[in-house]
Amino acid sequence: MDTRLEKKKLSLRERYHLMTRGLGWEPTYQPADKVFPFTTYEGIKIHDWDKFEDPFRLTMDAYWKYQGEKEKKLYAVIDAFAQNNGFLNISDARYLNAIKIFIQGVTPLEYYAHRGFAFAGRHFRGEGLRVACQMQSLDELRHTQTEIHAISPYNRFFNGFHHPRHWFDRMWYLSVPKSFFEDANTGGPFEFLTAISFSFEYVLTNLLFLPFMSGAAYNGDLSTVTFGFSAQSDESRHMTLGIECIKFMLEQDEANVPIVQHWIDKWFWRGYRVLTLVGMMMDYMLPKRVMSWREAWEIYGEQNGGALFNDLARYGIREPAGFRDAIDGKDHISHQAWLTFYTYNPLAAFHTWVPTDAELDWLSAKYPESFDKYYRPRLLYLREQEKAGKPVANKNLPLLCNVCQIPMFFTEPGNPRMICYRESVYEGERYHFCSDHCKAIFDHEPEKYVQSWLPVQQILQGNCFKPGTDPTAPGFDPVAAVLDYYELNVGRDNFWYEGSEDQRNFAAWRAAAQNN
Amino acid sequence: MAVKAVKPYRFPPRDTVEKFPAPLLFIGWEDHFMFVAPICVPVPSEAPFQVVIDKVLPEAYGQHPDFARIEWDKVEWFRSGEPFRPDPAKSLKENGLGHKSVIRFRTPGLEGIGGAYF
Repeated sequence: MDTRLEKKKLSLRERYHLMTRGLGWEPTYQPADKVFPFTTYEGIKIHDWDKFEDPFRLTMDAYWKYQGEKEKKLYAVIDAFAQNNGFLNISDARYLNAIKIFIQGVTPLEYYAHRGFAFAGRHFRGEGLRVACQMQSLDELRHTQTEIHAISPYNRFFNGFHHPRHWFDRMWYLSVPKSFFEDANTGGPFEFLTAISFSFEYVLTNLLFLPFMSGAAYNGDLSTVTFGFSAQSDESRHMTLGIECIKFMLEQDEANVPIVQHWIDKWFWRGYRVLTLVGMMMDYMLPKRVMSWREAWEIYGEQNGGALFNDLARYGIREPAGFRDAIDGKDHISHQAWLTFYTYNPLAAFHTWVPTDAELDWLSAKYPESFDKYYRPRLLYLREQEKAGKPVANKNLPLLCNVCQIPMFFTEPGNPRMICYRESVYEGERYHFCSDHCKAIFDHEPEKYVQSWLPVQQILQGNCFKPGTDPTAPGFDPVAAVLDYYELNVGRDNFWYEGSEDQRNFAAWRAAAQNN
Repeated sequence: MAVKAVKPYRFPPRDTVEKFPAPLLFIGWEDHFMFVAPICVPVPSEAPFQVVIDKVLPEAYGQHPDFARIEWDKVEWFRSGEPFRPDPAKSLKENGLGHKSVIRFRTPGLEGIGGAYF
C-alpha cells in the first residue's frame, strides 16, 4: 500500500489569495465594459485593480465563523436584558428618546448601507475591493437586524418605537438622514465609497458611535451597548476600507485628485449636517452625559480630522471646504437643533424637555462662549411658558434647505444672531440653502437636487394626507391630517416629556420595583 | 457643472408653482429665534402686500410678545438679502415677489426675549 501524502496546508497569504483574487475571471461572452458598466463614467481612472490592498485579509469562511460567535454572545445579553426587566435600570426614561432617534433615523441607514455596498461590490472590477464591499454589505444588514433586536425590548414599554420603518419614508425630520443616504446610493460606486466608507465611516463615525455606545453605557442601557461592542470590530474594518479606498484612487492616477477632493468637500459637509442631530443628543438627551458635542468635535473632528487631512496633503488633498465653518458651528448647532425640536415637538415621534438647573449649569460650563448669552435665556423662557401651561409650539411650516433638508435655523459663521440664507436660480426656479457648502453641492449638480422631496413642500402639495382625505371639507385640520398620515399616536408618541405617558410609566414601574 | 451619468439625466423640478395652492413665500423675522427658521406660506401673487402684514404675519408670529409692539412704519424689509421697500397697496407680483421668493424684516428696538434674540 502506498504511503498517503499529507496535503500541504495553505499559508494564510495563499489562502487569502485563492479565496479573493482567485475567484475572479475575465468575462468572454460579453465585453467587460458591459459587465461592469459603472466603473468609468465617474471619471476615476484605475490602471491596476490588484493594487488595492485589503489589510484585513479576511475570507468569507472566516467571516461567518467570527460573526456567528459574536452574535451568539449578543443575543444571550439581549435575552437576559429582556428577562430581567433591564429597562428599569436605565438612568432615566428621558434617555430613551435618543434611542428612538437611533431606531427611527440611523437603523434604516444601516440597511441603505447594506444596499450601497452590495451595489459597489457588484460593480467594481478588482476582486479585493469586491470582497471587502461584500463583507461590509453583510455587516450592514446584520447591524440593521441586531439594532432592531437590541432596541425592540423598549417597544413593549415605551412610545415612539412602534413604527420606525413607516416614519422613515414620511416623517419630516427623517428626510434629513434619508436624503443624505439616498444621495450617496445614487452616486456611482466610487462616489459612494468616498461618501460612506471615507467621509462618514472614517472621518465622522466616531462622533456617531460616541454618544450612542458610550452614552448607552453611561446610562445603563446594556442592550444597546452590547450591540455596540458586537459592531465595533466591523467598524474598524469599515474605517480601514474607507482610507484604503481613498489612497487607492489617489495613487492610481493624478487626474483622480480633483474628483476625489470635490467628493470629500461634499460628503464631509453632508455628514457634518446629519451629525447636528448627534450633537443635540449628546448635549441634551443623555441624562448621564459622556462629553459635550463641542469636546467630541474638537477631538474627533478638529484634531483627528486635521491630522488626517495633513496626512493626505502629500496626494494633493486639502481639508474639506466646509471644515472651518464646521469648527465655527461647534458652539451653536446642538442648541439650535434642540430648540427646533422643542418648539416642533407636537409633530415629532419623541419627547423633548427643558434641561434641569444642574444640566443648564453643565451646558454653561461646556459652552462658555455661547450658552449663557444666547441659549439659556431661551430655555428659561420655554420652561416658564411650560409651567404656565402654555408650552411654546411652532405651528409654522419652516423653510428647508434644498440639500440637507434641515429647517434653515443655522446662523452665519461668526454671527449667531443672524440666520444664514443662500439661494440659487436654476432654469428659472429658485432654491434656498442653509450654507455656502449646501449651495455649492446644489450648484455642482442641480439636476439631482431639483428632485429633492422636501417634506414642507410635499405637505403643501397635498401629498402627505391619507387617501380619501378631503382638504376642502369644513373644519379640515391639515396638521391632524398629516399626523394621521404619519400614523403617529397623538398624545403618546409626541409632545413634551413633562407629563408624558413614558414619564408616568417609568416612575410607576421603577417605584414598584423598588418598594413594597 | 452637471451630473455625470451613464444616460441622459433630466428630471422635472419637484416644486414648480402649479403644484401649490398659491406661490410660496418665505418670510424670516430677524432677531426672533422662537420661530426657529423662516416660514413657508402660500400667498396668491395678486394679493396686495398689505395681506402679508395684516394676515400672514399675525397668524405666524402673533403669539410672540414683541409682535403687538411692532411699529410697521419703522420696519426694515429685505428681499433676497437686499434692502427693499414694499408698496403695501401693490400686489406681491408688482413688488417683485414670485414663487419661492424670500423676504426678511427687522423690527428696530425689538430684539426678542431676554436679550437673546428669541
